[in-house]
Amino acid sequence: MVKLLQQYFQRDRGGNSMLGILLFISVMVPVLNLVVPESSVFHVSTYTVTLIGKYLTFALLALAVDLIWGYCGIMSLGHGAFFALGGYAMGMYLMRQIGDRGVYGNPELPDFMVFLNWSELPWYWSGFDMFWFAMLMVIVVPGLLAFVFGWLAFRSRVTGVYLSIITQALTYALMLAFFRNEMGFGGNNGLTDFKDILGYSLQSDFTRASLFAASAIILALAYLLSRYIINSKLGRVVVAIRDAEDRTRFIAYRVEYYKLWLFVVSAILAGMAGALYVPQVGIINPGEFSPLNSIELVIWVAIGGRGTLYGAVAGAVLVNFSKTWFTGILPEGWIFALGALFVVVTIYLPRGLVGIMNRKQAAQT
Amino acid sequence: MSALDKLRQTMRRDQVWNCMMPHYTYEDVLDTRKGPILYLEDVTVSFDGFKALDALTLDINDGELRCIIGANGAGKTTMMDVITGKTRPDEGSVYYGQRIDLLRLSEPEIAALGIGRKFQKPTVFEHHSVLINLELSMRMDKRVWTTLFSKMTGEQRDHIDEVLQIIGLQEEYHNRAGLLSHGQKQWLEIGMLLMQDPRLLLVDEPVAGMTGQETERTAELLTSLAGKHSVVVVEHDMEFVRSIARTVTVLHQGSVLAQGDMDEVQNDPRVREVYLGS
Repeated sequence: MVKLLQQYFQRDRGGNSMLGILLFISVMVPVLNLVVPESSVFHVSTYTVTLIGKYLTFALLALAVDLIWGYCGIMSLGHGAFFALGGYAMGMYLMRQIGDRGVYGNPELPDFMVFLNWSELPWYWSGFDMFWFAMLMVIVVPGLLAFVFGWLAFRSRVTGVYLSIITQALTYALMLAFFRNEMGFGGNNGLTDFKDILGYSLQSDFTRASLFAASAIILALAYLLSRYIINSKLGRVVVAIRDAEDRTRFIAYRVEYYKLWLFVVSAILAGMAGALYVPQVGIINPGEFSPLNSIELVIWVAIGGRGTLYGAVAGAVLVNFSKTWFTGILPEGWIFALGALFVVVTIYLPRGLVGIMNRKQAAQT
Repeated sequence: MSALDKLRQTMRRDQVWNCMMPHYTYEDVLDTRKGPILYLEDVTVSFDGFKALDALTLDINDGELRCIIGANGAGKTTMMDVITGKTRPDEGSVYYGQRIDLLRLSEPEIAALGIGRKFQKPTVFEHHSVLINLELSMRMDKRVWTTLFSKMTGEQRDHIDEVLQIIGLQEEYHNRAGLLSHGQKQWLEIGMLLMQDPRLLLVDEPVAGMTGQETERTAELLTSLAGKHSVVVVEHDMEFVRSIARTVTVLHQGSVLAQGDMDEVQNDPRVREVYLGS
């Protein structure tokens, strides 16, 4: 047992250093942004803080996908939906915080509802003026959707590419629904024009730095949780399901419950990522449900290395960093670059970037 | 059955709802006093009109080692699918002991009742070590939350060591199962079944692709298991069947053609005609 533990910690050297980096930046980036004067070379601009903060929320999303895809073999091409739902829950809270500072100055209704001539708040918006309630919904809504969807899909033993297609359909259907003005979520404009969170202005450097630190810390905690799950006996059962589902069923595991459990956990993590993303970016609209987003996110995980939790984190950050950089110089070229990257990784690096690192390490020892 | 009929069934006053029944483990319920541990009666399975099993009636005695032979398509694997809950028959009944109706249970429930199945193609968890393969197969509470917090106890470790000894993989316990040889994988899979303390083992072609020496060891292993467990072996290899069999059942076109000891069966003219081809 001790031997196994030791082996595990050695194996997760990548994960431990990632946790170290996260803790370090969660303190250092805010300090460099807030304390170090702007004239100094060490100053980190608020723009950069928000940008990296956004990458971290993507990393959390990638972690959620890796948990079910890398370890349980469930390739969800609809995880963007859970991310967006978490984002909408946070967006609804932020909308209610605007109060009478909107364009129409209505203290109760968000601007878009006034514009649509609605006279009162729909029932599903009630409670979202309270932060705790909104945060609860960030967990409950994606979790519940994942539960219902997963229950139906896994009980009917939908697997493989069929499951991927249904998840695509799920996120596509949600996108179409959220595009409708009648849904009461702001139609194609989505929710935006946020003013403050918990009484702090979203424009202030302090709030931005705090949101950044929160993203880093929550990512670290989510990593620890995922690592605990993967290293528990449950994690071993999940890998067993990935490798030989029938065998697992015939040694008396209720495979569908295990899949469902992990799927719900993963959806909740994705929802949390969305909730952290929205206040930093300042907008949430139905575009986040777009099937392409979900596919792109699977590519981040593949590039980082599926089946290693820190690989997913690294993949998300690297791909998004290159996206920012690439779209800066050649906006139209990005989609080709991403496609090429995916092809190269699938053919030459089946285990992603982490695979290269591991091979190098193995060569050294 | 229409929804109304279902509701009527549910509301019947002469029986208790399933959810209200006290929870038994299989030792409490499994009743083999009359001999057989498994009864199949008039089981019929058809796929698009083709009858894979045609009114199959068969019983297996407690502690027996039974070999089942038959040409391809005789219904051997379908029979195992029916017993383990993978396929539901169109007609017939399957009882485990006298009281447990297997047709009402799902695959994991049947497995938890002590019916272990070895697949035709050796199926083990290739990314896990031999030790973990056995650990996962251990008979215990297998609900999700319990599994999340479960830790291996010393007693369980002893149980694993015992099984490692039986299947002769002590040296390999730390290796990844994917690295084992074909024969070793077959033994590991049998070991995984043994970890569940099964009463009935269904073994599908255990010696396919094995070397002569491995076949011999497998024969020893299976005969040593009989008595303590009931073992049903489906096999093509007549040499092997001869070496372990006491009773042999011949399946043909989904039903029993002949049954008896090896010599009786081999001398049966109908068997010679359809199976041995002479």
